[in-house]
Order: sequence, then C-alpha cells, then structure tokens
Amino acid sequence: MPAARFEPSSIKNKIKRQDVFRKGKKARTQAKLQKRLAQAKLEANDPAQKKKRLTEHIPKTLDNTREFDPSIINHDSNEDSTQDEIAADIATDPFASYFTTDDPTTPPKILITTSPKASKATYNFCDELVGVFPGAEFIRRKKGKGFEIGWIAAWTANRGYKHLCVVNEDHKKPNAITLVYLPHGPTAYFKLTSVELTKQIYGHARATAHNPELILNGFTTRLGHGIGRMFQTTFPPVPEFQGRQVVTLHNQRDFLFFRRHRYAFRSTEKVALQEIGPRFTLKLRWLKKNVPAVQNFGEDPKPLTFDTDDDPFEQSDEVQPEQQNVQTADMEEEEGEGESSAALPQSLNIVPPKQDEYIWQWKPELETTRRTFFL
Amino acid sequence: MQSDDVIWSVINQQFCSYKVKTTTQNFCRNEYNVTGLCNRQSCPLANSRYATVRENDGILYLYVKTIERAHSPANMWERIKLSNNYSKALEQIDAELIHWPNFTIHKCKQRITKITQYLIKMRRLKLRQQPKLIGIKKKLDRREATRERKALSAAHLERSIEKELLERLKSKAYGDAPLNVNESVWQAILDRERTGKNKELEVEGEDGLDMEADETDEEEWDENEEELEDEEEDWGDREFVSDLSGESDDDGLSDLEQTNDGSEQSEEESDEEEEHSDASPKKKTALGKRKAASQPSKPTPRKRPEKKAKRGPHVEVEYEHEMESVPLTKSALASW
Repeated sequence: MPAARFEPSSIKNKIKRQDVFRKGKKARTQAKLQKRLAQAKLEANDPAQKKKRLTEHIPKTLDNTREFDPSIINHDSNEDSTQDEIAADIATDPFASYFTTDDPTTPPKILITTSPKASKATYNFCDELVGVFPGAEFIRRKKGKGFEIGWIAAWTANRGYKHLCVVNEDHKKPNAITLVYLPHGPTAYFKLTSVELTKQIYGHARATAHNPELILNGFTTRLGHGIGRMFQTTFPPVPEFQGRQVVTLHNQRDFLFFRRHRYAFRSTEKVALQEIGPRFTLKLRWLKKNVPAVQNFGEDPKPLTFDTDDDPFEQSDEVQPEQQNVQTADMEEEEGEGESSAALPQSLNIVPPKQDEYIWQWKPELETTRRTFFL
Repeated sequence: MQSDDVIWSVINQQFCSYKVKTTTQNFCRNEYNVTGLCNRQSCPLANSRYATVRENDGILYLYVKTIERAHSPANMWERIKLSNNYSKALEQIDAELIHWPNFTIHKCKQRITKITQYLIKMRRLKLRQQPKLIGIKKKLDRREATRERKALSAAHLERSIEKELLERLKSKAYGDAPLNVNESVWQAILDRERTGKNKELEVEGEDGLDMEADETDEEEWDENEEELEDEEEDWGDREFVSDLSGESDDDGLSDLEQTNDGSEQSEEESDEEEEHSDASPKKKTALGKRKAASQPSKPTPRKRPEKKAKRGPHVEVEYEHEMESVPLTKSALASW
C-alpha cells in the first residue's frame, strides 16, 4: 500500500488518529497558502499573467449558465428580422404613450393604497413609497362592496392617474404589491420581501424632492423588458440631475432589488454612494393583460331572444354595451397616442373587465431547473 | 320500552356522547337539538315528544317526533317542508304544533328566524367578490428566501450601480455640462477622452512596445491607456500648451489647478465659487447645504481667491455656463 493513499481514519487509536489528521490538514492548507503566495508574487511582477488567469478561470454561476430562453432580447444572436419585430413590438406596447408626452418633467400620477384593514407596518411602508415616487398620493382603502381593485383602478384611470399601487398585507406586514398601469393595464403582482424602511438603514441620507434617475439592471427577456418599462413609467421621463438621486431596480435571478441612493462622482473611476432608502425585494408572480377584473355574480342573466336571420354579432354587441366601450377605448389608445393622452381625462369611461386574462403566471413547476429565469 | 326519565338520568348522571362540558354550562352536539343546550327540556333523546327545525340545502324542514313512532327508529322523525315565506312558515309551525308545549313552539320559531337570517347573509356574501385566500407554503417561502439571499450577494448592487453611473457619465448621458458632477471630475473626464484619442495615434506609431498588451486582452489595453494618461497628467504642462484650440486652454488651466489642489477637488470649494459668481440661482435648490455636509472641509478654499484674481474671467465663464437648466440633449433622453 503506497504511503500517499494512507488514510488517517484507518488508525484505531483516537488520539493518534486526530493527531495525524490535524497534521495532514495543516500541511495541505500550508501548501495551498504557499502556492497562492507564490502566484500573487508572480502576478505582482507580471499583471498580464493575472489577466490571463482571470480570463481563463471564469467561475460558473447560475447567471452565466442560465437556460436559454428564446425571448431573450440580445442583439448579437438573434436575427435582424426578429429584432426589428421585437423593437416594433416594444414600441407599440401600452407604455409607449409615456415616451411621447408633451412635458417630460411632470411626474405621472400614482395612487397608492392598501388592502382592506391594513395595519401600521403597511401604512409606514406606503408613506415611504409616497416619498419614492414623485407623483404619488396615498389614499386609505375604503371597505365594502364597490371598492374592489378593479373598480378603484377604473375610477383612478378616469381621474387621470397613470398607476395604481396596492400594497397587500398579511400577518400585519406588507407582503405583496399589485401595480396596475392605467388606463388599460397591464397589471403586475409582485411578492414583496425584505422590506427595510429608511429609518432602519444605518447612515441613510435624506431624500430631496428632485426627480430621481432610474437604473434598470438585468432585464433581458421580453417579459423582463415589459416589467422594466412598467417601472420606468412610474417616474417622470426626465430626471433632475441636481438632486443626484438614483433609484435602482436590479434584476438578479428574477428577484428585483429596489434601492435608492445619492451619488457623488469622486473621480473618473470612483463614485460615492449613500443609501436613501427604503429597500425591498420584489418577485413577479403574475402579469395580467387588463386592469383587474370585477366579477358581478348578482348580475341579471341575459334576456332570452328569438333566433332570427340577422347578423348574430350585432345582437351580441347590444347585449354587452360595457365590453364594447372598453374595446373602443382600446382602439383609440392604440391609434392616436399623442392626441388621446391629452384628451384622456374627459373622454375615458373605464369599466373593469369581467374576466382576467393572464399574460404570465408563476408556478412552481415552471422552474424546472435552478437556472431557469424569466425576467 | 320508551322511558324518558331513565334516558335522561343516564345522560345527565352518567354519559352522553353528544354532551360538551364547559365550566359554566353544558352544550349538546346532537343535530336535532333545538336550542343547543344540554337540559331536560331540549334533549332530543330524552323526550319522546319533540320538534325542531333544520335546514338542508337552503330549504327549511320541521322535524317532529312522537311517542307513537318510538318503536321504529327508521320512521321516528316526521319531516315537514316549510314555506320559503317567513311569516307563512311561522303560521305553519303554529298549525303543525297545535296543543304542543309553548317551549317547543317558541324555540322552533326562534330557530326559523335564525336560519332565515343566516341564509340571507350567505346569499349576499356569495354575490360579492371575496378576496381569494391562499395558503402559506412554508417550504417554498424558505427556499425563495435562500435564493433571494444568494441572488443579492451575486448582484453586487453597489458595484453595478457605480458602474452604470460611471458609464452614463463617460458616455455623456448627463449632457455636455452636467449639473451632478464636480467640476474637476468633469474636466478629468474630458481630458481623458482627449488624451485617449491622442494616445491611440501615438501608440500606433510605436507598435513594438505594446505588442504584448495587444495580444492579451482588450481590457488590459484600456488599463494601459489609463496608466499612460496618468503619467500624462503629471507632465500636463507640455501637453496642454501644445494644443491650439480655445477650448483646450480652459482645460489646461483646470488641470493646473488640479495638480495644485490635489486630484480630488472638494465640493465645498465649488459651492463657494458658485456663491462668488452668482448667488440667485443657487437658492432654488437646497443642494448646497447637503454638499457641504457630505464633504469634510479642506484647507484648499483659502487658495481659491488668489487664483481667481489671477484667472478670473475663464473660471467665471465656465460657471455661468453650468448654472443653466438641465441639458435635454437627444442622447441623454435616448440613453435614459
């Protein structure tokens, strides 16, 4: 039996075994340390070697071994035609009107509210959110019938709001955020975790009323771009750089990390950051196409009609005037963005839809591997 | 043989499986009990003559048992369907239980009232959209919390934010006269750009020197470039005098200032200058105070007035330029 294969675990005597094992371990760590020191010395003399080592040994992470997703928007790999298609698709999505507003410095109006029967922690969090979004306004959630999210969204849309943000509460803590883009959706529902309010952040800065800059990091897929654009529309298009405030939404493995900092350029390579707060983490659970639906179970059934030779579509239109309204409003929005955005507050008569239409919904079985990400 | 007293003595003294004992009183779990209490009067087992009201799928029934049917448990209860109309149902009770004890009649009517009320409430709630209740999946939550922690450490948030900000600064996303950048830093960026272009030309000439660097990596190339620039700044005099354009004159001056003051100019300083040059636009923002707090005071401000006396006009022109409103260039909007 060669000496190299000798295992200390084969020794019967416990004291001896421990001793041998300890010595062996020490020798190994020492050897490793020496090797590293030698390497460091070598590389201090020759930086090129370090570069070479770093380029050769790239550690495998979940991020760089991510499963391929055909909807990843990447200008290198995909064909030009599909890229054009995607670009056109993005240009005509519901958020397009945001980028063609007349006054890019006015913040979009956002209504922030809570789930019914909220408690203190949620109200505190809402206060922080009001401080983050320049155009935000908080209104307490009313109780009772008629105050479903769908109806609230409809009313806020009719009053010229651009977003509705509902903070959901569970176990006396905020646990989810529903973000509705008005007037016609989409609606996104995020799980909310690791909330830290400004007060809890050590050495935090104070926020000013300037419009912040926005950094959206790591949104790659089509879905991710949609979510990123949705967050972009919550802030005014043009920031006020005097404030030196930056809001970051960093997407890493589908977790959206929200941070707010004040920055100062110290030199050409150095930026000083001071956190303003709050910080929280979001994770997308589902995305719906429209504003949230309100089901009316007590509705009268459709009146019975005789079969006639007339066009059946005409009949159905008469039966559901509300849906028709929504459709026509949709058409207006798509056709003339610039005109309709100016004329919206008067002409809109939004009614929440009867049925939800999911664009995307998270399910545990979607995550076939740990390297599957959707945003 | 039906004997109510015997049954009741067993139930009361010994054991009844329907009995629920509490400290104050005893309850009955038997579904036919008309009051829900455990006592002699309302015990459905110890009374051979008994009546109660029950609801099945939204329909009310009067259940009656009499001593004549006591011998066949299968047919013991007589079930009478009650009207949907509340007052008619009460009349029905009166008609069916004529000559019965007042207690039974009264309790049956009370029960009709109670059931009618809860049916109304159930129907009303059904019509309304209720929030969906979802169970907490502990295992899933724990798994996601772990993944979130790991994602956070993989994100290197501060580093990525810094990188992004610098990129914006260098790509001139903040415009040509940014309001959020220190004067000296902005000058350094501009110099870097210019020297970078010059360097490229020079290096092409002396190719042999940097062959190795060329082969290895592009990043290293950048680094080399930076190193060279650093050296360049040390001999800054020669470099900037040789340039001929008017714009570069300013740069050269600022570079000289930089070498005097140290590479990093304090923000306080620039504030002071603002005050000197122009007081009114400064009041519109509360920035000055914050800037002063963020930077420890340096002895450098003392030098400033002298220098200003020497090279006043150049510096003033610059700051006036800077105090203008946020530049809304096309490129800034695009890269935003």
